[in-house]
Amino acid sequence: MSALMIRDLHKSYGGLEILAGINLEARTGEFVALVGPSGCGKSTLLAMIAGLETVTSGEIWIGDRLVNSVQPKDRDIAMVFQSYALYPTMTVRQNITFGMESRGVPKAEQAEAVKRVAALLQIEQLLNRKPGQLSGGQRQRVAMGRALVRDPKLFLFDEPLSNLDAKLRVDMRTEIKKLHHRVGKTTVYVTHDQVEAMTLASRIAVMNQGSVQQFDTPKRIYDRPTNMFVAGFMGSPAMNFIPARLAGSTSISVRAADGGDATLALAAPLPVGAPKDMVLGVRPEHIYRFTTDLKARKPAVQSMQAPVELVEPTGAETLAVLRLGDLEITGRFEPDDAPVMGETITLGIDMSRACLFDPVTKALL
Amino acid sequence: MAEIAPSARHDPEAAAATRRYFWNRFLVYAVLALFAVIYLAPLLVVVFNSLREQSDIARNGLISLPRSFRFDAWAQAWGTYCVSGTCEGMKRNFFNSLWMTIPATLISTLLGAMNGYVLSKWRFKGSEILFNLMLLGVFMPGQISLMPWAFLLGKLGLTNSTYGLVLIHVVQGVSFTTLFCRNFYVSIPDDLIKAARIDGAGFWRIFRKIILPLSPPILIVTVIWQFTGIWNEYLFGVVFTSGQQQPITAALVALTAGGTTARAYDVMSAAVLIGALPPLLIYLFGGKYFVRGLTQGAIK
Repeated sequence: MSALMIRDLHKSYGGLEILAGINLEARTGEFVALVGPSGCGKSTLLAMIAGLETVTSGEIWIGDRLVNSVQPKDRDIAMVFQSYALYPTMTVRQNITFGMESRGVPKAEQAEAVKRVAALLQIEQLLNRKPGQLSGGQRQRVAMGRALVRDPKLFLFDEPLSNLDAKLRVDMRTEIKKLHHRVGKTTVYVTHDQVEAMTLASRIAVMNQGSVQQFDTPKRIYDRPTNMFVAGFMGSPAMNFIPARLAGSTSISVRAADGGDATLALAAPLPVGAPKDMVLGVRPEHIYRFTTDLKARKPAVQSMQAPVELVEPTGAETLAVLRLGDLEITGRFEPDDAPVMGETITLGIDMSRACLFDPVTKALL
Repeated sequence: MAEIAPSARHDPEAAAATRRYFWNRFLVYAVLALFAVIYLAPLLVVVFNSLREQSDIARNGLISLPRSFRFDAWAQAWGTYCVSGTCEGMKRNFFNSLWMTIPATLISTLLGAMNGYVLSKWRFKGSEILFNLMLLGVFMPGQISLMPWAFLLGKLGLTNSTYGLVLIHVVQGVSFTTLFCRNFYVSIPDDLIKAARIDGAGFWRIFRKIILPLSPPILIVTVIWQFTGIWNEYLFGVVFTSGQQQPITAALVALTAGGTTARAYDVMSAAVLIGALPPLLIYLFGGKYFVRGLTQGAIK
C-alpha cells in the first residue's frame, strides 16, 4: 500500500499556475526526494501535502484517506522546516512536547516519548535549553526530535539542511539516512541539492516549472535521464551536451577540435524515427584519456582529439575543460593520469554510457 | 639613525588632533546643555513654586529660588483644596484618571495585539485594506470624532462617566496599538505558525503559547504609549465629563478658573505636578524599554 498518493494535483494563484498536474506516490517506508531549482513548485507541493496550502484541483491521499480538506493537525504528519521553526520562548523539552500538549496526551506518556526521542537524537543534555542557546546542528536535531516524537504516518522535510554549513550538512545528511533506516517512516524530502537527493532517496522526483520531469530511482535518473533538464540538473559537474548529426545508421558525427567532423560509433542502434540532428549527452566521468587498454576494457569507447584549456584539481579528482570547436566540455580524470594545460589529448568517450537527446523536444531518444 | 622613535616624542600633528577633538566635544556638549536648560527650566519653575509659600511667590514673582521647602501645597492640592465648592483637592480626579487610563490601556493593548496577530498571521482577502483603513485612525485628529462620540455616549447613557472615557480611549487607541503589534508580528516567521498548526494548535492556542510570549517588547511599547497618551488626553475629558467625574487633566483647568479668590500658585504648581507624575514616572522607568521595543525585532 502506498503511504502517500498524489493524483493530478494542480495549484494556481490567480492566473499563475504553480503546479501543473502532479502525480506521485510513496510506498510505505519509502524515502522520496523532491528536487528541482528554486521556483519549481517543490515546496508548494510539500506545503499542500502538509495541508498548509489549499488544493486547486486533484487529490492527495495519505494512507487510505483523501486529505484534500483535512486540517494539517489531523493529517497524521510531521514536518521539519528549513528555518527549524522552533518556538523561541520554549525550552527544547517544551518544543518537543508542544504537539502532544495540544493533543492532550497524558504527562507521563509525554515524558516517556521525550526520553525516547532525546536518546535517539542524543539531545538529552539540551532538554532544558532555549533554541537561542543552541548551535545550528543542535537546532536541526531538536527540529527532527519534534517531528519524530509524533510517530506520524508521514514525515515531511522542507530543505532541512540548507541552513547548515557545508561540513555539518554532510554529517546531518548521514544522520538522516541512518535515522530513516532505523525508524523506517515514509518520508518526503524537499531539496534543491541534487547530491542530497541522490544520497538519501529511494526514489527522486525531479521537478521543473510546476511539473515532475522524472520520478524514478537515483540510479535510473542519473543514468537514463528522460530529458535534457533532468540530465543537466542531476550530476555535478553537469552533463556535457554536444550537438551531433546522424552519420550512417550506427554512428554520429560531432564537431571536432580542428573544426572538422569526428565520427563516433553508437553503442546501441538508434530508435526508429530519430531526428537527423541530436544532442549527445556525456557525463564528465565517462570521458577518459584514450589508450588501447581502455578500448580493450570498454569496447564502446570512441576516440577524438581535444586541446586542454584548463585543469582544476580538487584532490580526489581533476576536472579538465576541453575545447571542441566553440564548445567547452568537462572531463573528470584520475589525478595521477590527469591531462596538463595546453596539451592536446586523445579522449575516450564511453558511448555505452552516453545519452542522445532530441534537440527540439529535449527528450531522451 | 634608523632606530624607531619612542612614542613619547612630541608629535605636533597628534597634539593638534587632540585639541580639535576636545573643542569639538566641548561645543557639542555646550549646545546640548543649553537646550536641556531651556527645556527643563519650566519644569524647574513649577517644582520650585510647588515648594514655595504663596506669600513668597506673591512678593518675589513666579521665577525665583525657594526660600523654604514646604510640602503644604502638595497636601492641599492632593486632599483639601477647594474647587468650585467641594474641598477635596485633586485626589478624586487623580483616581478618575487612573481608573480611566488603566482599563483603557489594557483593553486597547490587548485588542491591538489580537488585531495585529490576525492582520499579520491569518491574512484573509481584504485584510490589507482593513489594515490601511485602521491606519487612518492614526492620522485622524480626535476633534473630528467629537460629535459622533457625543451622540454615541448619549445613546449608551455613558455621558459624564469614566466608562464613557474608557470606551472612547479604547476605540481611539486601537489603530495605534494595532499598527505597533502588527508591524512587530510581521517579523515573527510564518514557519512558527505552520509548525504549530501541524502540532495541533489552533488560533487561540498559537496566540497564547507562541505569539504572546514573544510580545513583551512591543506590549511594553504600546502600554507606555497608551498610558501616557490617555493620561495626558484633555479634550475628551473636558468635553464629556464635568465636576467630580473629570480626569485630572480637565480638572486642572477648573482649578485655575475659579476666579473668586487670589490665585494660589503654590497649590496650582503642586496640582500640575501631581497630574504629570504618572507619565513622568513611566518615562523614567520605562523609557529605555520603549526605545528598545520599537527598534528590536521579535526574534533575536
